Amino acid sequence: MTMLQGNTGDWEMVIGLEVHAQVISEAKLFSGAATAFGAEPNTQVSLVDAAMPGMLPVINRVAVEQAVRTGLGLKAEINLVSVFDRKNYFYPDLPQGYQISQFPKPIVGQGTLILDLAGGETREVGITRIHLEQDAGKSLHDQHPSNTFIDLNRSGVTLMEIVSEPDMRTPEEAGAYLHKLRSILRYLGTCDGNMEQGSLRCDANVSVRRPGDELGTRCEIKNVNSIRFVQQAIDYEARRQIELIEEGGTVDQETRLFDSGNGTTRSMRSKEEAHDYRYFPDPDLLPLEISQGFVEEIRASLPELPDAKKERFVSDYGLGTEDAGLLTAERATADFYEKVAKGRDPKLACNWVTGELFGVLNKSGLGIGDSPVSAAALGGLIDLIADGTLSGRLAKDVFEAMAETGKEASVVVEEKGLKQVSDSGAIEAEVDKVLQAYADKVAEYKGGKDKLFGFFVGQVMKATGGKANPGVVNEVLKKKLGG
Amino acid sequence: MAQARDGLAKGDFTSVELTQAHIAALEASRELNAFVTETPEQALEAAKASDARRVSSNSGGGEAGSMEGLPIAIKDLFCTEGVLTTASSHILDGFTPQYESTVTANLWRAGAVMLGKTNLDEFAMGSATVTSYYGPTVNPWRRSGDDKKLVPGGSSGGSAAVVAARAALGATGTDTGGSIRQPASFCGIVGIKPTYGRCSRWGIVAFASSLDQAGPMTRTVRDGAIMLGAMAGHDARDSTSADREVPDFEAALEKGVKGLKVGIPEEYQMKGMSPELLALWDQGKAWLTAAGAEMVPVSLPHTKYALPTYYIVAPAEASSNLARYDGVRYGLREEGETLQEMYENTRGEGFGAEVTRRVLIGTYVLSAGYYDAYYLKAQKLRTLISRDFREAFDKVDVLLTPTAPSPAFAIGEKMDDPIAMYLNDVFTVPASLAGLPAASIPAGLSGDGLPLGLQLIARPFDEETMFRAARAVEDAAAFDAEPTLMAGDGS
Repeated sequence: MTMLQGNTGDWEMVIGLEVHAQVISEAKLFSGAATAFGAEPNTQVSLVDAAMPGMLPVINRVAVEQAVRTGLGLKAEINLVSVFDRKNYFYPDLPQGYQISQFPKPIVGQGTLILDLAGGETREVGITRIHLEQDAGKSLHDQHPSNTFIDLNRSGVTLMEIVSEPDMRTPEEAGAYLHKLRSILRYLGTCDGNMEQGSLRCDANVSVRRPGDELGTRCEIKNVNSIRFVQQAIDYEARRQIELIEEGGTVDQETRLFDSGNGTTRSMRSKEEAHDYRYFPDPDLLPLEISQGFVEEIRASLPELPDAKKERFVSDYGLGTEDAGLLTAERATADFYEKVAKGRDPKLACNWVTGELFGVLNKSGLGIGDSPVSAAALGGLIDLIADGTLSGRLAKDVFEAMAETGKEASVVVEEKGLKQVSDSGAIEAEVDKVLQAYADKVAEYKGGKDKLFGFFVGQVMKATGGKANPGVVNEVLKKKLGG
Repeated sequence: MAQARDGLAKGDFTSVELTQAHIAALEASRELNAFVTETPEQALEAAKASDARRVSSNSGGGEAGSMEGLPIAIKDLFCTEGVLTTASSHILDGFTPQYESTVTANLWRAGAVMLGKTNLDEFAMGSATVTSYYGPTVNPWRRSGDDKKLVPGGSSGGSAAVVAARAALGATGTDTGGSIRQPASFCGIVGIKPTYGRCSRWGIVAFASSLDQAGPMTRTVRDGAIMLGAMAGHDARDSTSADREVPDFEAALEKGVKGLKVGIPEEYQMKGMSPELLALWDQGKAWLTAAGAEMVPVSLPHTKYALPTYYIVAPAEASSNLARYDGVRYGLREEGETLQEMYENTRGEGFGAEVTRRVLIGTYVLSAGYYDAYYLKAQKLRTLISRDFREAFDKVDVLLTPTAPSPAFAIGEKMDDPIAMYLNDVFTVPASLAGLPAASIPAGLSGDGLPLGLQLIARPFDEETMFRAARAVEDAAAFDAEPTLMAGDGS
């Protein structure tokens, strides 16, 4: 277990995460208004979202399906009866004066998530619950010198709050949790996982303790908008708490804000200033009842999820767990790989995808969906290696050209005349030329300087522009030099 | 209303003529302060359109609606498209909805004509229509030999007053703890609170969502049946609206009460009840017995908890429902240096004393540390109160009780004593908590000449039995006393 070293000994971090995931749905949780990101302010607002007098919420079936789907994806219990509560507080971007949420009776109960850690290790983290709730609008403070403007486009959009158990012990595990959760949500199609646009937001609960002690007092760090920042915020916060305790102070339970500018957290409000949300069941909504049949229908439509896919890649393709983890983190990557691997050497396919292809994608900042080399094209390239048309070295050149031009491997080979020369007659001629030109070296070689063999290979390859089949070159050289 | 309907059908008069007569009547009754907004021009236009529809339907082009051409008033708690909607609160200053409540939309579809929006206790919180920002409404009735102005009851006091004064053929009300039935009793008219879920709440300014129900206020039981039929129906936009067929209430009226078992809840016989009220109740039993029903004593043991339960549940919901009136998007805004100050100024200025009191009570009972002792306990009691009724209805078909503990009182009375004011609802609140249909029928006069009502409570969604019993009481009571102020002739 990874400990933090304080001045007075070792400390253990205890981390739990609350993730707000915006549900993929055409309409809002309780109104028919649209949910497009980036629309003009206040154009995606119904009378319900603006909390006009007499307006009433009606649950959106798709939102319920998505929450159940997410719960099943996290191997969680689905509560067939759940209750919507009102969480009361005043804020201008909260038109109703309350958020409709779920408090004691959420739609999804306990589940689990498996972390994929460095070196192919895994670790289980408990999911406490998932509940459905409305998002708030947005306050725009920069539109007017003294007034605040309100954009209600986001008001009423469906969120799932996914709460973990305090099972994580390092910032890296927290990062792995978010990566994995995002991967599962994307596999399920329930959240696009885009943290920059705010469709995935994370609050981190952090405390520290001596190994084996009871849980310490926790602080909640609000709304950190990238996985890197989450790790940074947790690390800073844990060190702050350790320093505080070691100096004889105590940690106050409070809500803190992360400042990405300097990587620190600062107090937002103390426990005493905490809102009394006066939760009570929303009388405008009946308890949400779903049938087991509804749940089973969704279960039957679940895609293969990352853990299962990873396991299959290991057993069916003989890949290592780390490679399998890399390939299955995104569904699109896994699909791409399987297309490449189909009917070909799966390990070779894996090497090309995780090596050359990932290299090109990383360099150009593209996702797998925008790959300049399609799965079929990469497969074509691998075929040319398999049938001896291309050497590994030539194949890399061809791949580069394919990534630049988007052309098929065979076309590049044809155009650039990159085809490997395996004709032993032609190679013999080149070998003879080299041996003639370097008669002195031949003499040295024959005198026992074996290392010069590589030099001759290199010269032949150079002379043929790298196109000579290295196997054939070796063979011919051995024959000629040995003779 | 039924008479006017038949007159219009026969062509004795047109909707325009009928509407003109009612506009004149509402002008003649302005001293009642029953309307917040009069809409005579829209009324005449709607009447004209109705007459045109009738002409076309007479020549085979489409059917006339069930309330075709009938002028009615709308409690100013219903949102009406393009017409100021105030809930009688300062905080909704200038609020003109861009939408029409489901209930009023249903009424217009049935052909009804709107005369205007009637006064109420602010946000329907009150039992006397005295907490309105637009001033109190006056009851058209006076005590005999006394010209003191009396309250019309509340919160649907404006609607009750205009119907009693013959300034409208009917009016919509809303009932949360008795706000239709108690003013109906005070003004000598019929008031019907249907089963919770029978009428859509969409577009009605919310007071207490788990209790609010719209219903008709009319001069006769038949009119109530006609009007409820037009108002009711499932609405997908209200999750608490019942997906049930609306029965033909009018057809149920003349089925009689022969063989019906009428429950007399012993707990409604409260200490200090006036002898005249007890006598009226006895009279009611005698009428129904004579009509062939059987009186059965029943017990509703948790009745005494109904009022305290109501005064926890309703303010709790109201405190949350009224949070949206914050000065940010519509209605009144009183600026402040900070956001907090703007909230305080707006809500401090916008809400009257009674609304403020209930928002405070509601906030308190939902607070951490008090929730279990108040709100949760109240919910449990509410369940027990509902169970009392369920068990009683195992034995009987309908319950007969008084509607209110007293006749109308004078404006100014009980004003400084909220508890005395809250006691007005002692007989009406239990049925509200249980979501049951209930009606108040004018049954007699008090010693000083004021109307008194009897209440009939039925099983959930069994308005038909309620109507049958109500019609029998109405028939036997033959209530034909008239208020002091008669603005129209009732045609």
